[in-house]
Amino acid sequence: MSIDIDTARKVAHLARIAVPEEALPELARELSGILTFMEQLNEVDVEGIEPMTSVTPMRLKRRVDEVTDGGYQDKILKNAPDAREGFFAVPKVVE
Amino acid sequence: MLDHLAFEPPKPKVIAGAKADWELVIGLEVHAQVSSNAKLFSGASTTFGAEPNSNVAFVDAAMPGMLPVINEYCVAQAVRTGLGLKAEINLRSAFDRKNYFYPDLPQGYQISQLYHPIVGEGEIIVDMGPGVARRVRIERIHLEQDAGKSIHDMDPHMSFVDLNRTGVALMEIVSRPDIRGPEEAAAYVGKLRQILRYLGTCDGNMQNGNLRADVNVSICKPGAYEKYQETGDFSHLGTRCEIKNMNSMRFIQAAIEYEARRQIAIVEDGGEVVQETRLYDPDKNETRSMRSKEEAHDYRYFPCPDLLPLEIEQAWVDDIAATMPELPDEKKARFVGDFGLSEYDASVLTAEVENADYFEGVVAVCADGKGAANWVINELFGRLKKEGHEIGESPVSPEQLGGIVKLIKSGDISGKIAKDLFEIVYTEGGDPAEIVEARGMKQVTDTGAIEKAVDEVIAGNPAQVEKAKQNPKLAGWFVGQVMKATGGKANPSAVDALVKEKLGL
Repeated sequence: MSIDIDTARKVAHLARIAVPEEALPELARELSGILTFMEQLNEVDVEGIEPMTSVTPMRLKRRVDEVTDGGYQDKILKNAPDAREGFFAVPKVVE
Repeated sequence: MLDHLAFEPPKPKVIAGAKADWELVIGLEVHAQVSSNAKLFSGASTTFGAEPNSNVAFVDAAMPGMLPVINEYCVAQAVRTGLGLKAEINLRSAFDRKNYFYPDLPQGYQISQLYHPIVGEGEIIVDMGPGVARRVRIERIHLEQDAGKSIHDMDPHMSFVDLNRTGVALMEIVSRPDIRGPEEAAAYVGKLRQILRYLGTCDGNMQNGNLRADVNVSICKPGAYEKYQETGDFSHLGTRCEIKNMNSMRFIQAAIEYEARRQIAIVEDGGEVVQETRLYDPDKNETRSMRSKEEAHDYRYFPCPDLLPLEIEQAWVDDIAATMPELPDEKKARFVGDFGLSEYDASVLTAEVENADYFEGVVAVCADGKGAANWVINELFGRLKKEGHEIGESPVSPEQLGGIVKLIKSGDISGKIAKDLFEIVYTEGGDPAEIVEARGMKQVTDTGAIEKAVDEVIAGNPAQVEKAKQNPKLAGWFVGQVMKATGGKANPSAVDALVKEKLGL
């Protein structure tokens, strides 16, 4: 599968990564290379084999339904570029 | 036990366009907030209305290095909901990331279940009136995280973000396109809400946004929907539009109505409906395109690498199944079957589980289902509504009301006196039987006493006696006079019999 320049531009935009126009051809070429490498894996016959999700036989860890966290508004907001009256303040976003 | 009450499907709504008749095809995605103490993947509280950003753990704020750990109770709640909708439970499900950027989504993705939801196909019977109901198929229920909340009106240039809701567990309940009109859509949400409240898996508070719906609407010519049902081929249906995020039954109805007419106008003008996401504006009563959403629709889902697949055991599901409450349909059928109530009365009494419990408390004392239903619905609900009280605030307990109905049933008091007694119990409290005894409200069943009163009325009104002999309907007037003379305490049927006997009717 090959990634063209338009696809590279779209993927960059969806990921909110600013890629200058002149860097797109090289990026598209690299992404294509990665996908081509991945496609080689498709040559392996995995018919009837369960996808492996973990290298050790682990069960998804659960928590009980108790409030054990939170209550530190100051820490949550500490790294915010702008915070007012307990809220994060961000440039206006409205539909 | 009785099965569901028998029902016929309702007729689909037909809207007359300028050129032809049109039908609607509607499917809903309902987001129901799971009732739990803590969030889906963190130990932060879910309490509504807290100080902004105080119910937030570092994992909710997507701080680097934080990992999600699933709240098992939220999983149990989703399973319970699935069982309540008679759905298949998937013992293995998995979480995926839905990627998009928005200020109230600090992770940059929502953890959801696209490929392997925890609950599969189920159904909801949507009641549209006695004997009329629509069977709506449920496609799936998946667990996912809620987003935070943006507030746009606190500052002219900035939006304010509160992450308290971020990461709270949601169930997305997806229906098949089986709903055929705006009223059915609202009734579907109402029935789903009722079931969730019975189950205790969502409080159903629509005002707080704890239950909200996305509605998919398309139009088709009469007959096309039946072809889709036979073949499962969606090409028989029109192009659908999705109206996002509505939290009121009234808005859902109005939005569907508007959207259907908009689509009909486009198609009848020779145009084509474009598949898109739209927003309903209740102030203008119209839907409008959310163009910004379109591009973002490329969510690039992939399995969440932070979470192993969710594997649950059948025995655990069985334990949950063993604690299921009686659900509205079964309760309603039982009330009709065991107590001889009308389907309408049974619906009223089972609308909220608190009402049903109250009613059963009354029946437990008086052993008279119809009498209890009559008094609960007409007297108690009427009185509570007038004073703006909920059933839980009723000054009359089920035992007290049961006592009143029991006194009527045994013939100790008449229906008229019972209303006075209800008033006393409502305002002053006390044991109904003791009040009746203490205040001399007992119905006079002593024939001698009644006979005396009847004789007096007949003797005092010779003119009326003559008229009654011509027109037997006037006997009622004598019964009224005797009741008045005895302060309403005489047994009306005994009076009636004696009056007729004495007048020779």
